[in-house]
Amino acid sequence: MENLVAYSLLATYSTMALYTLAFVLFTVDLALRADTEAGQKPTRWLRSAMALLILGWVLHGVATVTRGIAAARVPWANMFEFGLTATFVLVGVFLGVQFWRDLRFVGAFVSGLALLALGIVTVNFYVDVVPLPPALQSVWLVIHVCVAVLGTGFFATGAAISAAQIFQELHEEKRLSGRNWAFLRAFPEATVLETLAYRINVIGFVFWTFTLVAGAIWAERAWGRYWGWDTKEVWTFIIWILFAAYIHSRATRGWRGRSAAILSLVAFGAVIFNYTIVNLFFKGLHVYSGL
Amino acid sequence: MASLPPSDTSGHEGASSGERIGGQPADLDKDTLSFDTPGAPRKNRNAGAIINPRLGALGFARFVWRLLTSMRTALILLVLLAVAAIPGSLVPQRSSDPNGVVQFRTNDPELFEFYDSLSLFDTYTSPWFSAIYLLLFISLIGCILPRTSYHWKVLFEAPPAVPTSFARLEVTRTHRVEADLNAALDAAAAALRSARYRVVREGSAVRAERGYMRETGNLVFHVALVGILATLGFASGFGWSGQRVIVEGQAFTNQLSSYDSFNPGRFFDENALEPYGVRLNTFTPEYVMDESKGSWMPIDYTADVTVTEGQTSSGAALKVNEPLSVGGTSMYLLGNGFAPEITVRAPDGTVVFQQPVVFLSQDANLTSLGVVKIPDGLAEQVGMKGFFYPTATMLSSGALASSNPEPLNPTLTFNIYTGDLGLDQGVPRNVYELNTDDMTQIAGRHTDVDVELALGDSFELPGGLGTIEFSGLRRFIGVDIQHDPTQLGVGISTALAIAGLLVSFSTRRRRVWVVATAKGSATELSWGAQSRTDDPRLAASTDALIARIVPTDKVSS
Ligand code: HEM
Repeated sequence: MENLVAYSLLATYSTMALYTLAFVLFTVDLALRADTEAGQKPTRWLRSAMALLILGWVLHGVATVTRGIAAARVPWANMFEFGLTATFVLVGVFLGVQFWRDLRFVGAFVSGLALLALGIVTVNFYVDVVPLPPALQSVWLVIHVCVAVLGTGFFATGAAISAAQIFQELHEEKRLSGRNWAFLRAFPEATVLETLAYRINVIGFVFWTFTLVAGAIWAERAWGRYWGWDTKEVWTFIIWILFAAYIHSRATRGWRGRSAAILSLVAFGAVIFNYTIVNLFFKGLHVYSGL
Repeated sequence: MASLPPSDTSGHEGASSGERIGGQPADLDKDTLSFDTPGAPRKNRNAGAIINPRLGALGFARFVWRLLTSMRTALILLVLLAVAAIPGSLVPQRSSDPNGVVQFRTNDPELFEFYDSLSLFDTYTSPWFSAIYLLLFISLIGCILPRTSYHWKVLFEAPPAVPTSFARLEVTRTHRVEADLNAALDAAAAALRSARYRVVREGSAVRAERGYMRETGNLVFHVALVGILATLGFASGFGWSGQRVIVEGQAFTNQLSSYDSFNPGRFFDENALEPYGVRLNTFTPEYVMDESKGSWMPIDYTADVTVTEGQTSSGAALKVNEPLSVGGTSMYLLGNGFAPEITVRAPDGTVVFQQPVVFLSQDANLTSLGVVKIPDGLAEQVGMKGFFYPTATMLSSGALASSNPEPLNPTLTFNIYTGDLGLDQGVPRNVYELNTDDMTQIAGRHTDVDVELALGDSFELPGGLGTIEFSGLRRFIGVDIQHDPTQLGVGISTALAIAGLLVSFSTRRRRVWVVATAKGSATELSWGAQSRTDDPRLAASTDALIARIVPTDKVSS
């Protein structure tokens, strides 16, 4: 048991080291691509970056699974574990999407985000394995958090692409020019990015809908009401509504394009807010950070 | 009325044309490509409005209605709803955190007044929050109705006519088939049919459409949202909830007088309570040591109960996360603690008080506080404030503390008062509080007489008043009992919403037209395809259709 926890932590640190290297190489790739005339063509650094990211992700999986085995339950019962699993899913979503579309150009963003999040949870939120209190012993914990983690992974990827879209749009309008922004030539056109972001966010939205519903069912089992406007419920609702607004914005004339992308980023901002500020500083029934 | 917006169509075009045209060329948007966006049916109704250019009040009403039901308004209302929900997470809510509200009032009475005037402590029932969601739902209904009637029509109509030019369609293909015109069109129609298109042949052309379920799913989703709100609006008034503490060995019978507290819905009728009984036999918690913090933590709570309905009794286990369904209600295990049994005797030995007293726990090791009131039977009224320690341990300071939530060394201490308990004034008193304003302390902390009782110990009250004995130890549970008639409706609506969402998101709406031209003995087929949404697979799917007829290398786009 003790050993497994230690191995898990060791794997987590190794993951962070590999993600750091991958992040550096992704950035080098973008920088070099900015210099070449072709712009679009990936450099050989990109291959190495992907290889390191995949290796890191495998170790990340090891870290997550051993943590779960050590705790003899799902590895997402406190903030550290949620962060560990959510970043694993985030990188997994990014890698998985490559089979469908070449999205390696947001690799720097995704590896950077994963690294940052993993670093923060490991340094600030780490807690030892402890058994679950009765209120958290439920299959709904497994389902609810599982879909929340998946939703977060997709939203993060969607936000990465929306951010790229905004830069690209400004670039296309020549409002961002010069060498510093030349790396944007490695990115697809803004309209392509918008469609990509939309499709990924829509998948995230479906998972988030399940998060909301599974949470309500669990709340009914545990607290005797399926909805009580508890702080965490409020924020889950806000996020859901914001992404619904984002979906509508794409069908509303005058809102497509940059406004939609900004809504997507605002909504993802609410996801991050919900995970950090709400968990740590807000009062409510969902006290599970374990800190 | 001069300030009213012009009631011709151009006046509200801005409001109602917020819908997607999706970058489709305007000339195709008329008949052939006016996919059933909510804009489409409204365009038809706009046509009606042109005939009556001066409608006055009615025109204004129409203007407001169109404004309210436009996509842009819906979007803005959604964002507003999200923003309006925020204060409720920053300020304690009466519904979910009443103690927090009381605390807020004590800390800052002025700010409390101000916030309260804005309904900030009842955010989710406040007029402004309600206004936003009601407007949103009016907008939603106004959106659903025309879309549904339009979609209903489309569902039974043939696919739209062939556009005059294919030039601006998303995907176009042309190829030759070594067959006469009829056979070639038959082959194209067959290919489309096998790809689940609705197909109509007309002269030398085929028109086809698929993916109607996209709009159907979308409508089901939005209707289900209305279903959720309607259920909440109509059914919640019939619900109720109540709380009750049950001590081991005692039973709860489901009638109004048995509840410690009760919150009826607006239409609650006392006869709705089905008579049943729940007796708590034993309550068993389980604790483990959390090594990292050095404290005990609960890992399981099980209440072993006997449920009696009519003539039948049966055993059941009530646990956290596993509510008990009985008599149309759900019973939830929410709290627990110790109820030391206390016996008080008069000097002559007659028992004047003997019952388990619920002590409310204060910390993880279940140090608990309780109050005993003896109004009658002794020479004076007696009130006692007690501390209970399941495993009493002496701290270095000399004070007692509990070091384990299990009763390994159960100990009671009391501060004892005599005087007026204040029970006779007809004012309801909290059983967990003792008002000592009109009382004098006769024993306990800060007096010469310490009262510290182990299980089975007795104590002689000063002045020959009588004796108190720590005569037994039981546990209690706190349960919440609920009847929530909204669950079924909300559950069904939610399931429909999710189903609609999944169907809508996973369906591609596509239209395909094929025009045949005879080229001697062969035929040239021109394909045009258009989708309503972003559909990156449109070209590939069209090519797949053609591949069913001819080898793809003969196709030009
Ligand atoms: C309670 C408020 C609402 C919520 C939560 C909501 C949510 C959603 C969601 C999740 C979708 C995507 C689902 C799908 O395509 O099946 C959607 C699509 C849509 N909604 Fe709503 N909606 C609301 C109100 C409205 C209103 C008031 C209107 C009309 C003005 C509207 C019109 C539409 C349209 C036209 C689409 C299709 C968008 C597209 O094709 O991309 N919705 N809505």
